[in-house]
Amino acid sequence: MAHAADAAHADHHDHLPSFWRRWFYSTNHKDIGTLYMIFGFTAGIVGGLLSIGMRLELQEPGLQFFSNPQAFNVFVTGHGLIMVFFMVMPTLIGGFGNWFIPIMIGAPDMAFPRMNNISYWLTVAAFALMLCSLFVEGAPGSLGFGGGWTVYPPLSTVGHPGPALDFGILALHLAGAASILGAINFITTILNMRAPGMTLHKMPLFAWSMLVTAFLLLLSLPVLAGAITMLLTDRNFGTTFFDPSGGGDPVLYQHLFWFFGHPEVYIMILPAFGIVSHIISTFSKKPIFGYLGMAYAMVAIGVVGFVVWAHHMYTVGLSLQTQAYFVFATMVIAVPTGVKIFSWIATMWGGSIRFTAAMQWAVGFVFLFTVGGVTGVVLANAPVDRYMHDTYYVVAHFHYVLSLGAVFVIFAGMYYWFPKITGYVMPEWIGKLHFWVAFIGSNVLFFPMHFLGLSGMPRRYADYPDAFAGWNMVSSIGAYVFFAGLFIFMFGVVYAFIRKEKAAANPWGEGATTLEWTLSSPPPYHQFETLPRVMDTGH
Amino acid sequence: MRIETGRRSVTALSTAAVALVLGISEAWAAAGQPSPWETGMQEMVTELGQSVSNFHTYLTWLMAAVCLFVLALLLAIVARFNESKNPVPSKTTHNTLLEVAWTIVPVLILVAIAIPSFRLLREQLVPPQADLVVKATGYSWYWGYEYPGDQGGGFKFDSNMVTEEKDRKPDQPRLLGADNAMVVPVGKVVRVQVTSADVLHAFAMPSFYIKIDAVPGRLNETWFKAEKEGVYYGQCSELCGNGHPYMPIEIRVVSEQQYAAWLAEAKQRYASTDGSAPVKFANAQ
Repeated sequence: MAHAADAAHADHHDHLPSFWRRWFYSTNHKDIGTLYMIFGFTAGIVGGLLSIGMRLELQEPGLQFFSNPQAFNVFVTGHGLIMVFFMVMPTLIGGFGNWFIPIMIGAPDMAFPRMNNISYWLTVAAFALMLCSLFVEGAPGSLGFGGGWTVYPPLSTVGHPGPALDFGILALHLAGAASILGAINFITTILNMRAPGMTLHKMPLFAWSMLVTAFLLLLSLPVLAGAITMLLTDRNFGTTFFDPSGGGDPVLYQHLFWFFGHPEVYIMILPAFGIVSHIISTFSKKPIFGYLGMAYAMVAIGVVGFVVWAHHMYTVGLSLQTQAYFVFATMVIAVPTGVKIFSWIATMWGGSIRFTAAMQWAVGFVFLFTVGGVTGVVLANAPVDRYMHDTYYVVAHFHYVLSLGAVFVIFAGMYYWFPKITGYVMPEWIGKLHFWVAFIGSNVLFFPMHFLGLSGMPRRYADYPDAFAGWNMVSSIGAYVFFAGLFIFMFGVVYAFIRKEKAAANPWGEGATTLEWTLSSPPPYHQFETLPRVMDTGH
Repeated sequence: MRIETGRRSVTALSTAAVALVLGISEAWAAAGQPSPWETGMQEMVTELGQSVSNFHTYLTWLMAAVCLFVLALLLAIVARFNESKNPVPSKTTHNTLLEVAWTIVPVLILVAIAIPSFRLLREQLVPPQADLVVKATGYSWYWGYEYPGDQGGGFKFDSNMVTEEKDRKPDQPRLLGADNAMVVPVGKVVRVQVTSADVLHAFAMPSFYIKIDAVPGRLNETWFKAEKEGVYYGQCSELCGNGHPYMPIEIRVVSEQQYAAWLAEAKQRYASTDGSAPVKFANAQ
């Protein structure tokens, strides 16, 4: 009888659910991770096309592609919101997080598989609402919301009476709820479901990064939800939280928004820090240098990240003491970030490095993130920022840390884990070619933006004085090159699936020490029926 | 040895590139407005602006040095620690001295940044006694300027972008020229009070190194002391909707005599609007 039950169990184990059940009712962390990746990539294409629209317009002074600046601003807003909430977060957290957190800590699945499912589908619903928002009236006589991803009132209240922003706010509510559920799931999984022997101090750095990220999400998103709910009632129910004529204050919204918004930027980059640590350690064939320092640097970045928000608001009229405090607190973040950069370098130092596609992306990330980081130190200084605030210098800065930071790591992670996820090998030249195209394209795209900002070009301008024409043209060319790189990636994925070259369980050799490389490629539908026992990894 | 030379030449090359970039910017900068292919800040015409701009140059060099240091380390790694050159990886994962060093050294660099930074912040935010007050109000999408009566003013006027090419004065670039500029005397401390009548705007003048948000329900202030006569251009710097790129700020800094003459003329010209709601002059003309 017992034997029969075992056989039935084993049979059940290998049996995959039907297509519909597997991909639409999915509770399997790997399938949900895959769904998140496909979703994130699709949203990324939409957000990328919006940015191509912007660069086409900005290629020359004057209005060529948009009938008015408001339509351009709708693209700007859509690009920002989609890239943050529907590309970077779903891919890094939902995609890589779901796929590899349970495996890396030796767990059979996430703690709450069904909550994982609702988390994913809420994100999809949120994206649908966000897309609807583009096609309903916002400002009088025009479609969509054009007030920027920060959604500052009064432009987002009296400036956009149409329902576009209501769709947008509800989209953010759903995406926020999805992320909070996801965060609860990750925290519970990481704290309760680690394999025997895997203490917190032996946990892989990607798990550390996701733990910190999940706490940031859990603590910051409710503040955003509160702020946009107040905005919703200001818009529709006659409250005046942000309306001075009723005793409110638009600056209150900015404080609330950035109390969420600043941790949000670390939410986007911390998982990337985790992934890069693994890639660098794997291909250097060395354990990560200063493991504990790396883990606690992320904790420090997360904690300090909550008390620096007003550095986004140096020009709203804050007092001297307030600005001085935020200058100080912001610069403190440079210290743990420096620890991470130097620890990655020290990990590579003395290594026997294999420059695979994933490794090239990771090394590229370390350098470009440094460039984005140092301009962050420049901007942290309120007296200096007075000039650059709301200019293209800021656009250059945050694209260096996000587009050349987080996005580079998304591709690094894709090329690193592609064989594990799909079971197929993608030829290395594809990832390398993509890297060089993206590296050149993105730098040509974003580096001139520093010059434009220093020259005084404000952000969110559909048309600009003729003196800015030169660098804008260069920047647009870079954008097309960067975007073209995506086709190389898409080709690579299709090519690998056609070629069907089977990947080994561990294609990367001795350096790949985390648990996912002990499983087959792709891993079985349910892994770790018997929990692995983790030995001392010698950190 | 070969690697050492390589690293040094890369550093030299990059330094040359940075120098070229900064050099070009200084040669081409024209006061008061952006210039083509500019790579640095606009020329400053206030003393404080010049100090902050110099501080920014110092910061840029410091930060370029950090980037080059990281780049040099990465290039050294690429050259020395690839699979073929170094088949056996070291097992080093700790070096307390090194870890302390890369924590302390950045702290010292940040202290070196923070000290001048706090001094400049105080200078920006603690204004000297003002010789003149001008109130700038942001509207969607133009600026209104008000000169108080107790200092010879007592009028207000609107400043709209000059849209038609034929109406633009020869020194007014497209999108930057305004029909009625804000006029101030040279060498005087001007306090600008900034507010908004509708959505957020921001009053910005790059060549004075000032930028302050126009927030409805709040009266913000900033100040400048322009040292050189001339025409200076800025643009609205907080997203305010469809006309965001079309509400420039034009400030004409003139001599004391010219200012007195302008004041007399402006009093006549804008008298009809004194005390009443602002009127759009571009439409009225």
